[in-house]
Parts: sequence; structure tokens; C-alpha cells
Amino acid sequence: MSEYIIKNGHVFDPVQGIKGDKKDIAIKDGKIVDKVGSSAKVIDAKDKTVMAGAVEIHAHIAGPKVNLGRIYRPEDKLFSCTPTHGMERMGGGASIPTTFKTGYEYAKMGYTTAMEAAMPPLFSRHVHEEIRDTPIIDEGAFPVFGNNWFVLEYLKNQEIENTAAYIAWLLRVTKGYAVKVVNPGGTEAWGWGLNCLSIHDPVPYFDITPAEIIKGLIEANEYLGLPHSMHIHPNNLGNPGCYETTLDTLKLAEGIKAKNKFGREQVMHLTHTQFHSYGGTNWADFESKAKEVTDYVNKNKNITIDTGNVTLDETTTMTADGPFEHHLTGLNHLKWANVDVELETAAGVVPYIYSPNISVCAIQWAIGLEIALMMKDPMRCYITTDHPNAGPFTRYPRVIKWLMSAKARETQINAFKHKDKVLSQTAIGTLDKELSLYELAQMTRAGPAKSLGLTAVCGGLKPGMDADVAVYNFNPDKPVANPDDIEKAFSRCAAVFKSGVQVVSNGEIVSNGHKRTLWVDVKVKDNAQVARDINEKFIKYYSMTQNNYEALGHHFVPNPFSLEVDATQV
Amino acid sequence: METVTITMKNVPALYLEADNISPDAFAGKTAAEIAGLSVHEGNTTSTLGKYFDVSGNAGATAADTKIVVKGDVKKVKYLGFKMTAGELVIEGSADLYVGAWMKGGKILAKGDVAAFAGLAMKGGEITIEGNAGNYLGAVYRGDWRGMSGGKILVKGNAGSDIGMYMTGGEMVINGNVDVHLCTHAEGGKVIVKGNANSKVGGQMVDGEIIIFGSIDTMMPGFKPVGEVELEVDGTKAKFSHFIGDMGERHKKKKGQVIYANLYKKI
Repeated sequence: MSEYIIKNGHVFDPVQGIKGDKKDIAIKDGKIVDKVGSSAKVIDAKDKTVMAGAVEIHAHIAGPKVNLGRIYRPEDKLFSCTPTHGMERMGGGASIPTTFKTGYEYAKMGYTTAMEAAMPPLFSRHVHEEIRDTPIIDEGAFPVFGNNWFVLEYLKNQEIENTAAYIAWLLRVTKGYAVKVVNPGGTEAWGWGLNCLSIHDPVPYFDITPAEIIKGLIEANEYLGLPHSMHIHPNNLGNPGCYETTLDTLKLAEGIKAKNKFGREQVMHLTHTQFHSYGGTNWADFESKAKEVTDYVNKNKNITIDTGNVTLDETTTMTADGPFEHHLTGLNHLKWANVDVELETAAGVVPYIYSPNISVCAIQWAIGLEIALMMKDPMRCYITTDHPNAGPFTRYPRVIKWLMSAKARETQINAFKHKDKVLSQTAIGTLDKELSLYELAQMTRAGPAKSLGLTAVCGGLKPGMDADVAVYNFNPDKPVANPDDIEKAFSRCAAVFKSGVQVVSNGEIVSNGHKRTLWVDVKVKDNAQVARDINEKFIKYYSMTQNNYEALGHHFVPNPFSLEVDATQV
Repeated sequence: METVTITMKNVPALYLEADNISPDAFAGKTAAEIAGLSVHEGNTTSTLGKYFDVSGNAGATAADTKIVVKGDVKKVKYLGFKMTAGELVIEGSADLYVGAWMKGGKILAKGDVAAFAGLAMKGGEITIEGNAGNYLGAVYRGDWRGMSGGKILVKGNAGSDIGMYMTGGEMVINGNVDVHLCTHAEGGKVIVKGNANSKVGGQMVDGEIIIFGSIDTMMPGFKPVGEVELEVDGTKAKFSHFIGDMGERHKKKKGQVIYANLYKKI
């Protein structure tokens, strides 16, 4: 493989504590190294910003519900198609881009790793086919466990060991990365036309509460010592007053310590926190509770969060929170699609327009930014848009602009139709913090990589790590004349390397790289009961046989990268 | 106002996608520059000049530009696509998407137009002297934002799915319309001087339909509420008044439940 040296850039790397020093980054055989020979290709990064490749911790970018969105929203592609261009295949879609466009867009913004946030285990094959067809970026997928019949039955009897054995099995057969929980119990309750809006609402038939599911899955996760923690979308998403459910959920992690060999410190990752930080009792007195939620997270070090920033775009919401999507279509009267996934989960899809002229949308915008600005430790708070739920991931540069420039936020606030309401219902007007590039690197690189247990692999520029490097046309020595320059700089990289291969040059794709599928291979003690339960459930309930269930082999996972976990000695 | 005349000289073998034939794209350009604008035939991109003779220079702005399209353009799509001002006269018949996503200005088609004319239009005027195809003033596939403003006049007949998801604006069809008039509409007004086929106003939430002729089969979701005398387009007459679609959701405005209104001449 070629050698490269990225010269004279301003390097920001929280892994090594480098805060904008002029430094050369050397690349050899796909890894960051101390030095390279004189024949190494030189990339001039003078007056540019150099960071590790960014890590996406939560986005819906592959799988059946993403594809359902693509199929039932032809209008999303209408004016957003890009023709074949150089290395690039044609692509399309604004809020739900095609797989190819997804890979290209992430890479052009300097992202080199991304996690698909909700994989229905039954459709893991579909998820992996899409991951395979998404070029450049390394991807993993989180299978959903919070409404899974096995999990509900085991945890009802507090059988942590059986739950853990089942998790290990499911991660292996679906080539999954982490334990994802969506509206625990609520999505299953939706099968009865019900929902779980608090952590104590019982799940019909299974006679278990969301609190028991959450706590049990945290314990099973730590029993196994997985790279990532339990990753939760709590109950009661998106409703006024939901922050109380969020705080109740977070409190379930109290006193539990992370146990793993990957350097992860949290036991719970709270995703798209913006959607879970609402006060008020209805849409008229709707208000931000970002302070209450971030105060709690600031104090409790065993929790990480991501923001879920609203970008004020027309987008497509999609979640395994089936009852929520039904609720949403009742609010906006736009088309609704819903699926039930047998014993495992469900999903819904509804288009949504976050209009700057609607006060609730503007308040949601403010809450997402408040969370990012109020979190004291950027290593525990990551920038997301819960793509495509709060906005498309292609808007990250704009979110970065709002976070790095109080002036840009002020401009947006002044453009809102209900400016006064935004200022009275949130604290956004009182926050003058502007994110530094170092903090940005923590929130988009080192932080998410650590939370995912990938510290040794990506998110930093330490020799030995994968050579994922992004070079931005942004000179940290020069004052920003116009906040829009920030957005422009972070939209298109001057250069991006993925595992030592240059994939982007001057904002254009120059290689499709060697994308990998990240998954977690856990060895557990033989568990005859779980094996028998799996066998029985397939015979009795599943619509397919166990032989057709596994995502296996070159077709589905052509270039696997597994993180090994040995839980046989627990 | 400056006039640019484009005359078909080489009829394309395939269909021609000519989304640049609009006052907005022509504005500020000379005849030679206009001939250099791109058009697509199948998967091949070439220039307008390959298919059309161009004479006359455009005005400085779209509003100062009038385009006259001559010759056989039955295989040309997207005439007047997204236009915001100015005028477009089509001497013959045109293919799909005439005036689609139009925001302003005037289009006069002297012949027929195929489907999707005035699709999702927001403003301006379209006059069709011949017949219109299906999905006139309707909505793009999958979308819920149909024609929201402007005026369409069809002197002949129109096809099916007219005004689908219409939310505003006005359409007058002097002839007959086929099935599925104003499906899912949530505003706007459609006047049909001739007859309408079945499924008129299915899932309609708001808006107005006025039919002078017959309706093949009434939707069961429309409820008769009496007779009214209306003056429509200069004609005074008595109409049966129906509200609906009762099977659909109903909006409320100032405490009042809103229904779509359907008037049929007695």
C-alpha cells in the first residue's frame, strides 16, 4: 500500500491531546505511523484543519425501513439526483439517499465510520446487503432487543445469563454490533394497540415493565463485556413532558459500572436526546428541558448521549417505535407506513417537515443545540441528527456552524416566525458558548469511537490506529469572517483517507476504498436452554427457518471486521 | 417584451426532455446562447440547437421574454418547466409536464398537452386550446402537494386524475373529465362544463368541484345537503350541493367542521 504524509496541517486529536499544533501525519499500510520514507506522497495541509475520520454513532442508513422510505417517497428523489460522475455512480434522495450516495456524502464530509442504529434481526440480510452496497465507510448495525420475545421472557424471570447467551447468538447470526433498545416494551404493546409511555407501564401478555427490560439489558451487556453499551431510545419519545421518562430511564443505570476490555466507560447510551428533553403539557406550553437532562448526564459519568439535532428540513422519520409513527401521522396527516417484525420489533415511516415557521419545530431546533452546548464533557456527547429523523446527515456541516458560531444561531433565531416563543421556551438565547475545533473532534471522533469501544481502531490519529484522516479547508488561525464559511469547509473535505486509501480529493470521490462491516463476535458458555428456546421459537412462530435467518458469507458480509469478546469465563 | 421563436427542425427519435425551454432559462441570452442550452434525448445530453432553429434574442429577465414554439413538439417534455414569469406559446401539441412546477407567467398551448401539465403548479396561467391528458394540475407521484395556485383553462376535454391532491388555484375544463377528479384534494376549485366520469372527489378533504353535466356514479362518501343557486363563470344556475368525503378526516376551522363541496347543475 502507498505511503502518505499529510504535512503542516493544524491537527486536532483528542486521543493524543493535540489541540491544533502544526504536525505531520504519516500513513503506511493502512495505519497511522510515526514516520514514512522520503518517497511517500505529500499532501499539503498548510492552513488546513486535520482530524481523524469522523464516527457516526447513530443513523438510519441501511435496511428495510430505510428502503421502505425510499420506495414510498419518490418525491424525495425528484430534484436531488446526481448523475454518474467520475468514480461516482448515480445517486438520489435528499433525506433517504441511495446507498451509494450515502457512502459518498459521508466520505465527502470526512466521515469514515457509521453505525446503522436499528437493525430488525429478521431482516439482517437486507441490512447487510445495503451496508455492502454503501461504499467507502466502515459500518456496523445495532440489532434491536427491547421488544424481542426472548428478551421479554428471560428478563421477566431475571435470567441475565440466558439473555446474554441469546444476545451473543443474535449478534453472531445477524452480524450485529451492539444492543439497541427502542421504546422498550412499547413497540410490542403496540401489537395490542397500546404503548408504554412510562418505564413502569406493563407490557401486555409478557407482564414485564420497560424498567425491567432496560435494567436487564444493561446487566446482560456488562455481563458479556460488549464494546458498546446498551443504546437506548427511551419510552415516550417526542411528547411534551417526556423528559421525566428520560430521567427515570437514565436513573436505571445508577450504580452500574462498565465492564469491558475496550476502554468504554458508559453503561448506557441515550440516543437523540433532543427528542427526549421536552417539558410542558401540550404543544402550546411546549418547552425545553435540555438543562434538566444535561444536568443529570453531566453528573453521571456512566452515561453517554447523542444530540439528534433538528435541521429545519423536510425529512422522513423512521423508527422501530411503531406506536410513535402512528401518533405522528395523526398529527401531520402525511402518509404512513408500518410493519410488524414477528417476534422482534416493528417499524413505521412518516414524512415530516420541520418548518422554521412552526414554533414547535423551532423549539426542537433550539433544544438540540442546547444539549450540545450544555454538556460539560464533549467526550460524552456526540453530534447526530438521528438521520433522517431530525434531519438528513448531510446537514452536519450546518449543525457544526450553529454550534461553532453564536452569530449563526442568532441569525437563525431572528429568522424564526415565532422568535419570542423560542426565546421564552428555551435557553438558547442565553448560551454564548462556541464549540472549539478540539471539542468538535471530541464530539465527532474520539468521543463516539470511545463510546463504541473502537478506541484502538478509529477516532484518533495515534500511530497504530487505522489511517482514517480528514483534511478540511479551514484555517483555525484565521477569524471566521462569515459563519457560512464553517458550513462550507465541513461540507467538502480537501482530502479524506480511509484505512490508508485516499478516498476524497478536493471534495470529489477518488476511490471506493475497502469498506468493512464491523460486528461483535462474542463467545459464551454453551447454553442448552437458549439453544432449545431458539429452535422452538423458529418451529412454532417464525415465518422462516433458522437456516434462512443468518446473514452469512460473502454475499452479505464480504469484508467483515469482528471485535472479539470472550465471555466464557464469566 | 422580446420574442424568441424556436422551430422544430429535427424531430427526436426518442422523447426530448427540454426543461430549459422556459423564459427563466432563456432570459438574458442571445439566440446563439439559447441554441447552446442543454436538452436530453434518452441518456444523451445535447443542445437545443440540434433540434430547433432559434431566432430572436431573449429579454433581460424572464418577465421580458416570450417564447413561441413552432413545429412538431409532440415528443417534447417539460415545456415551461418551473417558469416564474414571461410567456410561452406552443403552436402545436406537446408531451408531458407542460408548465409543471410553474410559479408565474403564461402558457398558451394551441393544441393538446399530454399528462402532468401544470403539475404542482404554484402560480401563473395555463390555457390549453385542445385536450389535456391525465394528472392535470395534480401531484408528483408520492407527493401530497398538488396544484396550489394559478389558473388552468382547458377548452377541450381532460383525462383522469385531474387535480389530485390539489390544495389551491382554479381549473376550468370546458369539456369532459375522466375518472378520479380531485382525489385527496384539500383546497382549490375545479369547474367542469361537461360531464365527469365516476369517483369524483374521493378522499377529498377541502375545496370545491362544480360540474355542469352529469356524474357517471356518485361517490357514496358525498352527502346531499340541498340546492343552491350559484353564478359560475358568468352562468347563473341551480345546483345540487353535496359535502364530503364523509369517509375521510375532517379539518376544523374556527370551530367549524370543514368538508369538500361538490355542486352538480340541476
